[in-house]
Amino acid sequence: MSARERDFTAPTVQLLTPDGELRPTPEAEAYLPLVEALDDTMLERFYRDMAISRRIDIAGANLQRQGQLALWVPSHGQEAAQVGSAHAARPQDHLFPSYREHIVGIIRGLDPVNILALLRGATLGGWNPAENGNFHLYTLVLASQTLHATGYAMGLQFDGATATGDPETDAAVLVYYGDGASSQGDASEALVFAASYQTPQVFFIQNNQWAISVPVSRQSRSPLSLRGGGFGMPGVRIDGNDVLVSYAVTRQSLEEARAGEGPSLIEAETYRMGAHTTADDPTKYRTDDEVEYWARRDPITRYRTWLEGRGASAAFFDDVDTEAADVAADLRRRALDLVAPTREVIFKHVYSEPHPLMTEQSAWLEAYESSFEGGSSA
Amino acid sequence: MNARTEEELRVTDATQGSAEGLETQYAASETTATDAASTDTAAVASAAPSTERGVPGVQTLSLAKAITAGLREAMRADDKVLLMGEDIGPLGGVFRVTEGLQAEFGDKRVLDTPLAESGIVGTAIGLAMRGYRPVIEIQFDGFIFPAFDQITTQLARVTVRHNGSASMPIVIRVPYGGHIGSIEHHQESPEAYFAHTPGLRVVSPSNPHDAYWMIQEAIASNDPVLFFEPKSRYWPKGPVDQAHAGLPLHASRIVREGTDVTVVGHGAMVATLLQAADIAAEEGRSLEVVDLRSLSPIDYGPLLDSVHRTGRLIVAQEAYGNVSIGSEVAATVAERAFYSLEAPVLRVSSFDTPFPPAALESEYLPSPDRVLEAVDRALAY
Repeated sequence: MSARERDFTAPTVQLLTPDGELRPTPEAEAYLPLVEALDDTMLERFYRDMAISRRIDIAGANLQRQGQLALWVPSHGQEAAQVGSAHAARPQDHLFPSYREHIVGIIRGLDPVNILALLRGATLGGWNPAENGNFHLYTLVLASQTLHATGYAMGLQFDGATATGDPETDAAVLVYYGDGASSQGDASEALVFAASYQTPQVFFIQNNQWAISVPVSRQSRSPLSLRGGGFGMPGVRIDGNDVLVSYAVTRQSLEEARAGEGPSLIEAETYRMGAHTTADDPTKYRTDDEVEYWARRDPITRYRTWLEGRGASAAFFDDVDTEAADVAADLRRRALDLVAPTREVIFKHVYSEPHPLMTEQSAWLEAYESSFEGGSSA
Repeated sequence: MNARTEEELRVTDATQGSAEGLETQYAASETTATDAASTDTAAVASAAPSTERGVPGVQTLSLAKAITAGLREAMRADDKVLLMGEDIGPLGGVFRVTEGLQAEFGDKRVLDTPLAESGIVGTAIGLAMRGYRPVIEIQFDGFIFPAFDQITTQLARVTVRHNGSASMPIVIRVPYGGHIGSIEHHQESPEAYFAHTPGLRVVSPSNPHDAYWMIQEAIASNDPVLFFEPKSRYWPKGPVDQAHAGLPLHASRIVREGTDVTVVGHGAMVATLLQAADIAAEEGRSLEVVDLRSLSPIDYGPLLDSVHRTGRLIVAQEAYGNVSIGSEVAATVAERAFYSLEAPVLRVSSFDTPFPPAALESEYLPSPDRVLEAVDRALAY
């Protein structure tokens, strides 16, 4: 008996080479029309959003170093995966992030000061998805949101809010998680439920190569995209630093989902150029050579090269740089203006309906605190 | 209408706060199925259209079937209510609590899910975000733990994390407790883990009437409710008055009045306490029995009233005693009724060991005699 096949590989779908040439890989040819359908405004928007993401990343890291945030979660290097996929969603779609998708929220209409408030310790999130582009809350327990997204997608099905044949109203769900989270049981259970109920849903794995300090090879011996097939749904591996392929493949997958063709999985190969969070020191676990390799594959540089080749003006890039700097400065200013929540917030929304412990304990805390504030100094 | 039926009606009419009525109700719940069939023909006949909505009447139902009836009512009243669980469709669940519901409501409202508890709770959260009111069946108590993360880190916090803009009307039904002679992980009492978690509500009915109403109240709640069903009490029948709602979901209740010692418990333990009270009465001791019904929040009013009168309290539970519901009740009563207490609050629990092989369960689980041993100790002060 011969040895069983132990070679698991998957091609990486890419439209834009690291040098900024539009040269589709064989598997990418089919996606080209989706890119060709984009007008200049949208193509420029991709660049603008990636630039804003990178400037906000710098602002966030600085705020943390200055003691203004408990934590910052960097996204430097992952801009193309996030911006392309976010623009692939339609307004009626629902997006379930992990906790690194700041620009996705911004694209959906979320004021990023909400994210800074969370990382500053002023809120637990707090935004209403319905008022913020159906961008759901960050979820800090790895992969928990994959199940929420799947349940939401089941609800879309039960409501008849999808697969009616009208792409303008049919809704789908896009859920983000990472290579580390892919090892969580919930991530697998979500794939099981999604396949079982044929939910209108796209699983978008940003494989940024590192789960804090542990490389993706510890999470998976084969490309994560192959997990799709194992659960009975298409899986595709894309160059996550190519904003065009990120957009096109996510767009195609979401359109199939909303048309009733079921869920699919995308693995976007990218790289976290910075630390996992500002609490981390990546020099302890990865090499300069590796970082340098990925720096040469930078998503913004390659896209800029391509846009320049198409005739984008120097003035456009200057304007974007100015706008991105302004957005980041404004965000920084507003983060510093955030006021600490008042103590009733501890109790306020723990339950939707009255609860005796909340009533008793908030009254006790109020009386206790006011015993100092209003009490005699004698 | 025969005498028995009249008695049942009297009992259920007097449900609000009537200890005598409830005691009779419990007595009725001990009736064998054969007895019920022979004596309740008229009652059943008079309530014959009781499967139709809005027809008042008293039915004699097991606790399991009372929950079935409550689920049916809730599903008829609100088409956003849907059931999720393992083997709950054509089979009707391993305890047949959902029997007939998929046939009536279809497989879009009674979902036989993949066998993954975290997946069930996690997707239920997403469905609730979409406006549904999922009612989950966990097949057995010991199988809830794969979902513990979703319940405690996610479900319990959705509302506060959304600053109140999202509510989580999810009910998680959990058949729990011993006395059924089953294998490992099938006889657990894990309620304290959930009562310890802010954001959850935890209740446990002890009789069919409460079960019928409490399941509907739990489904109507906009907060997540862990609904612990005492599976050793699934089969004894008792009257269910479908015309007169019981107490609010989180109210506790004095189910038998007494003067010497208060004994409190929940779920299946209430039947044990009533048996203990019967034995004590023969010995000239009068026990007051309190059914907690709700474990989070706990309604201390009736319990403190009782302790003010009796001065002695025994807290009984099937769960492990260490860091338990009983610990919390004992501590709170000591804080709030210190000057009324004639003796320390004593706890009667299972032992702080894994649930043993079922052959040993009668020595492991608190019995009426173990309750009475504690009563003796309390009275010795």
